[in-house]
Amino acid sequence: MGLVAAFSEALSGLKSMVVGLKVTGTNFLRPQETVHYPRQEVPRDALATFRGHIELVGTDDDPALARCVGCGLCMELCPSRCIRVEAEDPPPAEAPPSVAHTMSDLLMPTPKFRAAPPSQAPVARKLLGYHLTYHTCSLCGLCVQNCPAGSIRFSSNVYFAGEARETFELDLMARLRRQSGREGGKP
Amino acid sequence: MSDFFAPEFVRLVLALVAIMGFVAANGMALLYVERKVAGHVQRRPGPFEVGPHGLLQALADAGKLVGKQLATPRGADALLFWTAPLMAFMPVPLMFIAMPFSENLWGLGTDLGLVLILSFAGFNVLALCLAGWASNNKWSLLGAARAVAQAVAYEIPLLLSVLAVAMLTGSLDLREVAAHQGAWPWQWNVFVQPLAFFIYFVCAVAETNRAPFDLAEAESELTAGVHTEYSGMGNGIIFLAEYANMLVVSCVATVLFLGGAAGPWAPGPWWFLAKMYALVTLIIFMRWTYPRVRFDQLLNLNWRWLMPLALVNLVLTAFCVKLWGGA
Ligand code: SF4
Ligand code: SF4
Repeated sequence: MGLVAAFSEALSGLKSMVVGLKVTGTNFLRPQETVHYPRQEVPRDALATFRGHIELVGTDDDPALARCVGCGLCMELCPSRCIRVEAEDPPPAEAPPSVAHTMSDLLMPTPKFRAAPPSQAPVARKLLGYHLTYHTCSLCGLCVQNCPAGSIRFSSNVYFAGEARETFELDLMARLRRQSGREGGKP
Repeated sequence: MSDFFAPEFVRLVLALVAIMGFVAANGMALLYVERKVAGHVQRRPGPFEVGPHGLLQALADAGKLVGKQLATPRGADALLFWTAPLMAFMPVPLMFIAMPFSENLWGLGTDLGLVLILSFAGFNVLALCLAGWASNNKWSLLGAARAVAQAVAYEIPLLLSVLAVAMLTGSLDLREVAAHQGAWPWQWNVFVQPLAFFIYFVCAVAETNRAPFDLAEAESELTAGVHTEYSGMGNGIIFLAEYANMLVVSCVATVLFLGGAAGPWAPGPWWFLAKMYALVTLIIFMRWTYPRVRFDQLLNLNWRWLMPLALVNLVLTAFCVKLWGGA
């Protein structure tokens, strides 16, 4: 590298250092982004993209009733096995015949919820309970993405803390009922 | 015996006590300022909970450090191991003693103030060597090797740039160098010797092991270098020495390049302090602005840029002083 090139490179490097000081200087003078937690709280609109634990979404008619159709997909999909869906079994007359174990079935077991051949009429099972073991959830979002009824979303429960493990074992149906009662229909 | 209470002796003792107080108070204050600056640069509040706006945080930290157990690594040379932090700190008051805080406020009036400061600054290298070696630990030893390579390398251009100023003034007496400059900024040495000031400042930051040249300690990447084994106040003293060194280099820069205590309207020690703290703040700001350099970049910057530039600057200065007589 010639001397002139070296010097011009050094000068542009120096200029970039001044620019760097300007960047930190302007940031220094800007207002803070953090909140002093116990005294202040995060503004609601800043939580739009926050991923809290999952929660159930109520139906349009009755916000206390989950949209969930009880298919169990979320329970099967969850890599951390932290969802437990309790749903009423369909009436025995409509119970699908058990599928014979084929060779491919042995190699790659079909999840239980897919074992039945898709029926034409959607069979909504009655949801009895929806439990989340939040302390094992990795917040991967698979359940949210794949729920066919659009019944799960991330909550904006930022200040969720506790001392006992049981604090994080949630009954989401009860939560949905509480929410709709408290917040006048809007979950 | 009569010498014992001679005014000069009393003056020295008083000056040393005052300097110790100044250094300790500054260590606390700068620790706080450093964290506040860091916080605000990153748009967070910095220390906030202890005292109003976290003012007492430094005290709390000091209390914590004092309360910690002082552990000596197994197989280490305990004497040398604990000498190192003391040796890092010991020269600090001695470096301040010749500093002219104003026209007639200094601890020791000597013709060789500059030499005194530069020679005691060399103690730090020895302290780093000792700390690294006596820790009986290869990370500390490698850290010491890095630190010493850096300190020795940057000492050379630093000396050369300071020498240019000394040539210009024709004196190594800090009081005379300060008096040689006028009250207004354009009469300061920084306008005659901008390159020397720049080189001095870069080298000073490197000599004090401050970011972006803090490779010697880089806790997260390089196992804290020579500090690896120091616990509690051992570490605390090394850090206090770092802050004190930061003050020393800023003081020297103020005297050599920024006119010392001289200033327009109301000359006095406040001008000195204002200039010094402006430099200290700049150094702190740089730490939170620039990414840490790689070690080869660090040495390249010194040997390929600062050294030749300082030499050229020195030769040019000598030439000009010869031609026009200098001071
Ligand atoms: S995937 Fe959706 S609809 Fe199916 S059980 Fe889970 S929440 Fe209910
Ligand atoms: S986010 Fe992932 S880990 Fe958490 S409940 Fe849903 S599927 Fe399971």
